[in-house]
Amino acid sequence: MTGMDCWVGIDLGSTTTKAIILDSDGEILGRGITNSRSNYDVACAVARAEAFVDARFALARRALEGDAALAARAQELLPIIAASFAEAKHNAALVSLREELLIAARNDFYEGWQPALDRVLGEIVDAMEARAHELFVPGADRKSDFFRDLASSTFMQLSEEAADPSTMPQDVLIGMFDKAIIKVENKELEVSFEEHVSQALDRLLAAAGLEADERARAGELMERAVALPLDERGHVGTGYGRARLPFPKASIRSEILCHGLGAHATFPTTRTVLDIGGQDTKAIQVDGRGIVTGFQMNDRCAAGCGRYLGYIADEMNLGVHELGPMAMKSTRKVKINSTCTVFAGAELRDRLNLGQKREDILAGLHRAIMLRAMSLLARSGGVHDEFTFTGGVARNPAAVRALRELVTENYGERKINISAASIYTGALGAAIFARRAEDADESTEEAAA
Amino acid sequence: MTETVPTQRDASMALQKKILAEHYHALAQAPETGAKTAYTFVPGNLTELIRSFDMLPVLPEINALQSGMRKQSGDFVREAEKLGHSEDVCTYVKCDIGMLKGGNIGPTGEHLPDPDILLLSYTGCFTFMKWFELLKQEYDCEIVMLHVPYQGGGEITQEMVDYIVRQLEEQVIPKLEKVTGKTFDADAVSERLALSAQAEDDFVYVLESAKHRPSPIDGYFGGVFYIGPIFSAFRGTQAGIDYYRALRSEVDARIAAGKGPVTPAGEVTNEQYRLVVEGPPNWTHFREFWKMFYEENAVCVASTYTKVGGLYDRGFRHDPSNPLESLARYCLGCYTNLNLPQRVDLICDYVREYSADGFLINSVKSCNSFSAGQLVILREVEERTGVPGGFIESDLVDPRYFSAANIKNRLESYLQMIEQRRQPVGATG
Repeated sequence: MTGMDCWVGIDLGSTTTKAIILDSDGEILGRGITNSRSNYDVACAVARAEAFVDARFALARRALEGDAALAARAQELLPIIAASFAEAKHNAALVSLREELLIAARNDFYEGWQPALDRVLGEIVDAMEARAHELFVPGADRKSDFFRDLASSTFMQLSEEAADPSTMPQDVLIGMFDKAIIKVENKELEVSFEEHVSQALDRLLAAAGLEADERARAGELMERAVALPLDERGHVGTGYGRARLPFPKASIRSEILCHGLGAHATFPTTRTVLDIGGQDTKAIQVDGRGIVTGFQMNDRCAAGCGRYLGYIADEMNLGVHELGPMAMKSTRKVKINSTCTVFAGAELRDRLNLGQKREDILAGLHRAIMLRAMSLLARSGGVHDEFTFTGGVARNPAAVRALRELVTENYGERKINISAASIYTGALGAAIFARRAEDADESTEEAAA
Repeated sequence: MTETVPTQRDASMALQKKILAEHYHALAQAPETGAKTAYTFVPGNLTELIRSFDMLPVLPEINALQSGMRKQSGDFVREAEKLGHSEDVCTYVKCDIGMLKGGNIGPTGEHLPDPDILLLSYTGCFTFMKWFELLKQEYDCEIVMLHVPYQGGGEITQEMVDYIVRQLEEQVIPKLEKVTGKTFDADAVSERLALSAQAEDDFVYVLESAKHRPSPIDGYFGGVFYIGPIFSAFRGTQAGIDYYRALRSEVDARIAAGKGPVTPAGEVTNEQYRLVVEGPPNWTHFREFWKMFYEENAVCVASTYTKVGGLYDRGFRHDPSNPLESLARYCLGCYTNLNLPQRVDLICDYVREYSADGFLINSVKSCNSFSAGQLVILREVEERTGVPGGFIESDLVDPRYFSAANIKNRLESYLQMIEQRRQPVGATG
């Protein structure tokens, strides 16, 4: 079978690592994301493996959509397959978590407690496994796509129920979880497309009520998608950890260039890009070809970046993804002056003590972040139409709202683009660079892609 | 600068090291020899006049930057902060105060003598005034201020020159006479000015050699070594002349051989980027900072920092036929005394004359004199020349404000941006 050429872009960020796979038409074939953790090499391998699984999934989707008999049902079938994969991956991680928890319990310090610990930990993971399925019903509201986040909130809840202050304190259990989860994250869990195809198909049979011949047809298409060789023709890495990537220097691009090009590829009439990542904020100006004409970054201080929100979330005992929706409920404007992350924590507690509402304070904090971004944008040359906002913070509705207000106040009406996949912008730019490196001669059309 | 000379040393580097060491040794011996010392600043320094009174100049900025290069400045800065100087104060000042409080041991490890006079040449930097105000509290000595009017209107007028000459005649010279017990000798000043002009010719030749492709010098990281003698104690001296003559012949040899600049890691053999740089360098991580450039084959072909002690490359020469007026014009013409439009004009000229690919600003946290208006300069230069501007941030001698990973990240991004913009439409790999 003739293989399919593909190109890989990897963005090794301070918080998350993203991978994008492009096909020979420059279409996105697969995406992968994982948290960067302490081990960049593993993060890179995990994101990449995930992107290749996702690519197989995309091939399956293309096959289904292109099949006369099944095309009409593709929209219904695909979420079921996707959920099945996500669940399989989650379950594999739970198996690993169980192993690691038991290893963590095997500590001389807990001698005598071992049987009780093993039993309680086992029961907790049993319960986690039992609950896993409901997280992956198509349309289910998952708070996060990361195993760590999902597992930790369930573990907290279950360990609280299982704990007993005199015989089995919860913090002992949590301590074990903290140890185990790092190990789980640093393992590359192979969840291959091949292994899970039949499971996904069985689920399709049950969930979608496929006829036997339809199942057979779907199975055939899937197998073909699995068997198609993917030939990786090139790769480019970017992001903070790019120097850690096992790529030659020519395959490393700065994230400024990658974000500029990625934003241009997503929204071709972009002229200004704002990217707010974990530890930096970038204001980038690009021309009609996606070529960077100027940029500014924060550098003496990282206040006002994604980590700022992470810190605030910790201070408030919330998940970082919960901040935006809560701030959206604000009814009064609260002005926060300090953009120092640590001071913002103090200001937050102070204002709570004064009786101000959590959602109002949070809205003020979001505005404070965006004020810093506005200053960087001004330094880079302003906000021009169209304006594309990327990075993890672009998924936060309160941040987006504050940005819209400030852009309108300072520059008038601007079209603001935010893609659902904005977190992948840098990886996308990197993948485009990888693809262009190969055939620079044919790149005129790609520049406009 | 003596300890941080590039490892691949030229003879001129060794010569510079030697004359600097001799100067610091003469300073250390001053209490015994009875030589009088004048503390003064680089911009608008009156070295020929000072030397005509057989006085030795001490330049606190040079001491501070050398402390920075020797990794001593962090302690000095913290020492000054303990004494109550704010975190936002110019770190040269705090480094100097910290060094003073720690026994005033100079860069070569020898003791620096107390000043006999504080000669405050006020040239475009308000902090100079506050700095010597602080030193005055420490030393029981004469102080005199030479007020150099800012070129707010963008030109040097005869009134400005006359105003400075009058201060020289009525304030500075009488004080120097009082401190030394010697009488002002205009001919002695003229003789020294003639020597200065000779060295200045060779100095300009060296700076302008960067117009060659490849450039035989780095006009910023190498440039800070080249300005050493002429900006400090060696104007109007035979040692200065000898140094620049030696340097010039080395540069000539490099041009003839088609060689690039010498860096601590050897010669740049593949010049990829030609940059014009604005702002002083970071001294605490000088080598690390430089490495970020030469590792990417980026050569700084011209810089404004190498003009803080005078814009010789724009034609100024000390003139023995008119000594005091010549000194006045020198003070007025230093880079720090230029207004914003003049700075923009100068940088745009450099970009064109030196065929630069980019213009980069190193913005220094604690230097208002340089930082004010830098972003305006950036935009204006980009607009007029069409070359991309870059902006990085660090500090002079406070190691806490050098974030290597971020600076490297930004510099790499900037150079890749230049590279990307060079590609023809469509081929933007």
